[in-house]
Amino acid sequence: MENYYEREKGSLTVVMPREIDHHQANQLRVETDMLIEAYHVRHLVFDFSQTEFMDSSGIGVIIGRCKNLGYQGGEVSAKNLNGRIQKIFLVSGLQKIIKVEEN
Amino acid sequence: MQNKNQMKLEFDARSVNEAFARMAVAAFIAEENPTLDEISDIKTAVSEAVTNAIIHGYDDPEQKVEVTCKIEGRNVEIVVEDKGKGIADVKTAMEPFYTTKPELERSGMGFAFMEAFMDEVQVVSAPGQGTKVMMRKKIGA
Repeated sequence: MENYYEREKGSLTVVMPREIDHHQANQLRVETDMLIEAYHVRHLVFDFSQTEFMDSSGIGVIIGRCKNLGYQGGEVSAKNLNGRIQKIFLVSGLQKIIKVEEN
Repeated sequence: MQNKNQMKLEFDARSVNEAFARMAVAAFIAEENPTLDEISDIKTAVSEAVTNAIIHGYDDPEQKVEVTCKIEGRNVEIVVEDKGKGIADVKTAMEPFYTTKPELERSGMGFAFMEAFMDEVQVVSAPGQGTKVMMRKKIGA
Protein backbone atom coordinates (compact mmCIF):
# COMPACT_ATOMS: atom_id res chain seq x y z
CA MET A 1 0.00 0.00 0.00
CA GLU A 2 1.40 3.37 -0.94
CA ASN A 3 -0.34 5.34 1.75
CA TYR A 4 -3.41 5.66 3.94
CA TYR A 5 -4.77 7.97 6.59
CA GLU A 6 -7.60 8.18 9.09
CA ARG A 7 -9.69 11.33 8.64
CA GLU A 8 -11.85 10.74 11.65
CA LYS A 9 -12.62 7.72 13.74
CA GLY A 10 -13.87 4.89 11.54
CA SER A 11 -13.20 6.77 8.30
CA LEU A 12 -10.15 5.57 6.43
CA THR A 13 -8.73 6.93 3.17
CA VAL A 14 -6.62 4.57 1.08
CA VAL A 15 -4.37 6.18 -1.52
CA MET A 16 -4.56 3.85 -4.51
CA PRO A 17 -1.37 2.76 -6.32
CA ARG A 18 -0.22 4.28 -9.60
CA GLU A 19 -1.27 1.23 -11.61
CA ILE A 20 -4.01 -1.19 -10.57
CA ASP A 21 -4.12 -4.46 -12.48
CA HIS A 22 -4.55 -8.13 -11.55
CA HIS A 23 -0.88 -8.30 -10.44
CA GLN A 24 -1.35 -5.38 -8.01
CA ALA A 25 -4.90 -6.24 -6.98
CA ASN A 26 -4.14 -9.04 -4.56
CA GLN A 27 -1.80 -6.99 -2.41
CA LEU A 28 -4.22 -4.07 -2.49
CA ARG A 29 -7.07 -6.33 -1.37
CA VAL A 30 -5.13 -7.97 1.46
CA GLU A 31 -3.75 -4.68 2.81
CA THR A 32 -7.07 -2.85 2.57
CA ASP A 33 -8.85 -5.65 4.44
CA MET A 34 -6.16 -5.61 7.12
CA LEU A 35 -6.66 -1.86 7.57
CA ILE A 36 -10.46 -2.17 7.62
CA GLU A 37 -10.15 -4.59 10.50
CA ALA A 38 -7.38 -2.76 12.37
CA TYR A 39 -9.13 0.64 12.21
CA HIS A 40 -12.70 -0.69 12.59
CA VAL A 41 -13.47 1.17 9.37
CA ARG A 42 -17.10 2.12 8.70
CA HIS A 43 -16.39 4.51 5.85
CA LEU A 44 -13.71 3.57 3.34
CA VAL A 45 -12.51 6.16 0.82
CA PHE A 46 -10.47 5.19 -2.23
CA ASP A 47 -8.28 8.12 -3.25
CA PHE A 48 -7.27 7.91 -6.93
CA SER A 49 -5.05 11.01 -6.98
CA GLN A 50 -1.94 8.90 -7.77
CA THR A 51 -3.60 6.44 -10.15
CA GLU A 52 -2.83 6.52 -13.87
CA PHE A 53 -4.01 3.07 -14.87
CA MET A 54 -6.77 0.74 -13.74
CA ASP A 55 -8.32 -2.26 -15.45
CA SER A 56 -11.27 -4.45 -14.45
CA SER A 57 -9.19 -6.13 -11.73
CA GLY A 58 -9.47 -2.88 -9.78
CA ILE A 59 -13.25 -2.94 -10.20
CA GLY A 60 -13.27 -6.38 -8.60
CA VAL A 61 -11.35 -5.13 -5.56
CA ILE A 62 -13.64 -2.11 -5.10
CA ILE A 63 -16.87 -4.11 -5.48
CA GLY A 64 -15.51 -6.72 -3.09
CA ARG A 65 -14.86 -4.09 -0.38
CA CYS A 66 -18.32 -2.57 -0.99
CA LYS A 67 -19.91 -5.95 -0.35
CA ASN A 68 -17.87 -6.67 2.77
CA LEU A 69 -18.40 -3.24 4.30
CA GLY A 70 -22.04 -3.18 3.20
CA TYR A 71 -22.77 -6.31 5.24
CA GLN A 72 -21.51 -4.45 8.29
CA GLY A 73 -23.51 -1.31 7.52
CA GLY A 74 -20.48 0.61 6.35
CA GLU A 75 -19.97 2.58 3.15
CA VAL A 76 -17.40 3.06 0.43
CA SER A 77 -16.66 6.14 -1.66
CA ALA A 78 -14.06 7.35 -4.14
CA LYS A 79 -12.35 10.68 -4.74
CA ASN A 80 -9.82 12.49 -6.93
CA LEU A 81 -10.73 10.64 -10.12
CA ASN A 82 -8.85 11.82 -13.20
CA GLY A 83 -10.47 11.59 -16.64
CA ARG A 84 -9.20 8.10 -17.23
CA ILE A 85 -10.49 6.66 -13.97
CA GLN A 86 -13.81 8.47 -14.52
CA LYS A 87 -14.10 6.64 -17.84
CA ILE A 88 -13.36 3.30 -16.14
CA PHE A 89 -16.02 4.07 -13.50
CA LEU A 90 -18.52 4.98 -16.21
CA VAL A 91 -17.90 1.93 -18.42
CA SER A 92 -18.08 -0.47 -15.47
CA GLY A 93 -21.13 1.19 -13.91
CA LEU A 94 -19.15 1.65 -10.71
CA GLN A 95 -20.34 5.26 -10.31
CA LYS A 96 -23.82 3.84 -9.66
CA ILE A 97 -22.57 1.58 -6.90
CA ILE A 98 -20.28 3.86 -4.93
CA LYS A 99 -20.39 7.52 -4.09
CA VAL A 100 -17.89 9.69 -5.94
CA GLU A 101 -16.84 12.74 -3.92
CA GLU A 102 -16.50 16.03 -5.79
CA ASN A 103 -12.90 17.15 -6.20
CA MET B 1 3.12 5.34 -48.43
CA GLN B 2 1.08 3.76 -45.67
CA ASN B 3 2.83 2.89 -42.42
CA LYS B 4 3.23 -0.79 -41.85
CA ASN B 5 4.79 -2.40 -38.82
CA GLN B 6 4.44 -5.57 -36.81
CA MET B 7 5.83 -7.10 -33.64
CA LYS B 8 5.36 -10.25 -31.60
CA LEU B 9 5.95 -10.90 -27.92
CA GLU B 10 6.02 -14.19 -26.07
CA PHE B 11 6.19 -14.34 -22.29
CA ASP B 12 5.46 -16.53 -19.27
CA ALA B 13 1.90 -16.57 -17.94
CA ARG B 14 2.93 -14.63 -14.82
CA SER B 15 0.90 -11.70 -13.56
CA VAL B 16 4.00 -9.49 -13.44
CA ASN B 17 3.98 -9.60 -17.26
CA GLU B 18 0.58 -7.88 -17.52
CA ALA B 19 2.22 -4.48 -17.09
CA PHE B 20 5.07 -5.46 -19.43
CA ALA B 21 2.66 -6.47 -22.21
CA ARG B 22 0.54 -3.30 -22.12
CA MET B 23 3.59 -1.03 -21.91
CA ALA B 24 5.33 -2.82 -24.78
CA VAL B 25 2.24 -2.43 -26.99
CA ALA B 26 1.90 1.24 -25.97
CA ALA B 27 5.55 1.85 -26.85
CA PHE B 28 5.15 0.07 -30.19
CA ILE B 29 2.16 2.16 -31.30
CA ALA B 30 3.62 5.45 -29.99
CA GLU B 31 5.23 6.04 -33.39
CA GLU B 32 1.75 6.51 -34.89
CA ASN B 33 1.05 9.49 -32.62
CA PRO B 34 -2.07 8.18 -30.92
CA THR B 35 -3.81 10.44 -28.41
CA LEU B 36 -3.28 9.77 -24.70
CA ASP B 37 -6.85 8.51 -24.53
CA GLU B 38 -6.26 6.07 -27.38
CA ILE B 39 -3.09 4.78 -25.71
CA SER B 40 -4.98 4.30 -22.43
CA ASP B 41 -7.84 2.50 -24.20
CA ILE B 42 -5.42 0.11 -25.90
CA LYS B 43 -3.42 -0.47 -22.70
CA THR B 44 -6.61 -1.35 -20.82
CA ALA B 45 -7.78 -3.77 -23.52
CA VAL B 46 -4.36 -5.48 -23.70
CA SER B 47 -4.26 -5.75 -19.91
CA GLU B 48 -7.70 -7.41 -19.88
CA ALA B 49 -6.88 -9.94 -22.60
CA VAL B 50 -3.47 -10.83 -21.14
CA THR B 51 -4.92 -11.14 -17.63
CA ASN B 52 -7.59 -13.52 -18.95
CA ALA B 53 -4.94 -15.69 -20.61
CA ILE B 54 -2.91 -15.80 -17.39
CA ILE B 55 -5.81 -16.42 -14.99
CA HIS B 56 -8.14 -18.55 -17.08
CA GLY B 57 -5.93 -20.01 -19.81
CA TYR B 58 -3.31 -21.66 -17.69
CA ASP B 59 -2.58 -23.05 -14.24
CA ASP B 60 1.13 -23.28 -15.00
CA PRO B 61 2.96 -19.93 -15.11
CA GLU B 62 5.68 -21.36 -17.38
CA GLN B 63 3.18 -21.68 -20.22
CA LYS B 64 3.39 -18.90 -22.77
CA VAL B 65 1.17 -16.02 -23.78
CA GLU B 66 1.67 -14.46 -27.21
CA VAL B 67 0.88 -10.88 -28.15
CA THR B 68 1.06 -9.72 -31.75
CA CYS B 69 0.58 -6.09 -32.72
CA LYS B 70 0.15 -4.99 -36.30
CA ILE B 71 -0.05 -1.43 -37.58
CA GLU B 72 -1.37 -0.62 -41.02
CA GLY B 73 -1.92 3.05 -41.60
CA ARG B 74 -4.24 4.20 -38.80
CA ASN B 75 -5.39 0.67 -38.01
CA VAL B 76 -3.98 -1.15 -35.01
CA GLU B 77 -4.64 -4.86 -34.64
CA ILE B 78 -3.69 -6.71 -31.48
CA VAL B 79 -3.90 -10.46 -31.07
CA VAL B 80 -3.54 -12.07 -27.63
CA GLU B 81 -3.24 -15.82 -27.76
CA ASP B 82 -2.78 -18.68 -25.32
CA LYS B 83 -2.59 -22.42 -25.88
CA GLY B 84 -4.42 -23.18 -22.65
CA LYS B 85 -7.77 -24.50 -21.51
CA GLY B 86 -9.98 -22.59 -23.91
CA ILE B 87 -13.57 -21.44 -23.42
CA ALA B 88 -16.55 -23.75 -24.00
CA ASP B 89 -19.15 -20.99 -24.38
CA VAL B 90 -17.60 -17.77 -25.68
CA LYS B 91 -20.92 -15.91 -25.82
CA THR B 92 -21.61 -16.46 -22.12
CA ALA B 93 -18.01 -15.71 -21.19
CA MET B 94 -18.31 -12.32 -22.88
CA GLU B 95 -21.41 -11.27 -20.94
CA PRO B 96 -20.74 -8.46 -18.44
CA PHE B 97 -20.30 -9.64 -14.84
CA TYR B 98 -19.98 -13.28 -15.90
CA THR B 99 -16.96 -14.85 -14.22
CA THR B 100 -15.83 -18.37 -13.46
CA LYS B 101 -13.58 -17.08 -10.69
CA PRO B 102 -15.73 -15.05 -8.27
CA GLU B 103 -13.54 -16.36 -5.41
CA LEU B 104 -10.71 -14.24 -6.85
CA GLU B 105 -13.07 -11.24 -6.86
CA ARG B 106 -12.92 -11.07 -10.61
CA SER B 107 -15.46 -8.49 -11.74
CA GLY B 108 -16.44 -10.29 -14.96
CA MET B 109 -15.87 -7.06 -16.87
CA GLY B 110 -12.83 -8.13 -18.91
CA PHE B 111 -14.47 -8.69 -22.29
CA ALA B 112 -16.86 -5.76 -21.70
CA PHE B 113 -13.82 -3.51 -21.22
CA MET B 114 -12.14 -4.84 -24.37
CA GLU B 115 -15.32 -4.14 -26.33
CA ALA B 116 -15.76 -0.70 -24.78
CA PHE B 117 -12.21 0.45 -25.50
CA MET B 118 -11.57 -1.14 -28.90
CA ASP B 119 -13.57 -0.81 -32.13
CA GLU B 120 -13.81 -4.54 -32.72
CA VAL B 121 -13.20 -7.65 -30.63
CA GLN B 122 -13.29 -11.22 -31.91
CA VAL B 123 -12.73 -14.31 -29.80
CA VAL B 124 -11.88 -17.75 -31.14
CA SER B 125 -11.73 -20.50 -28.56
CA ALA B 126 -12.56 -24.12 -27.88
CA PRO B 127 -11.96 -26.34 -24.85
CA GLY B 128 -8.40 -27.63 -24.85
CA GLN B 129 -7.54 -25.52 -27.90
CA GLY B 130 -6.54 -22.26 -26.24
CA THR B 131 -8.00 -18.83 -26.82
CA LYS B 132 -7.28 -16.18 -29.42
CA VAL B 133 -8.54 -12.63 -28.87
CA MET B 134 -8.30 -10.30 -31.86
CA MET B 135 -8.89 -6.60 -31.27
CA ARG B 136 -8.86 -3.69 -33.69
CA LYS B 137 -8.87 0.04 -33.24
CA LYS B 138 -8.48 2.94 -35.60
CA ILE B 139 -6.29 5.65 -34.12
CA GLY B 140 -6.43 9.32 -34.99
CA ALA B 141 -9.90 8.70 -36.39
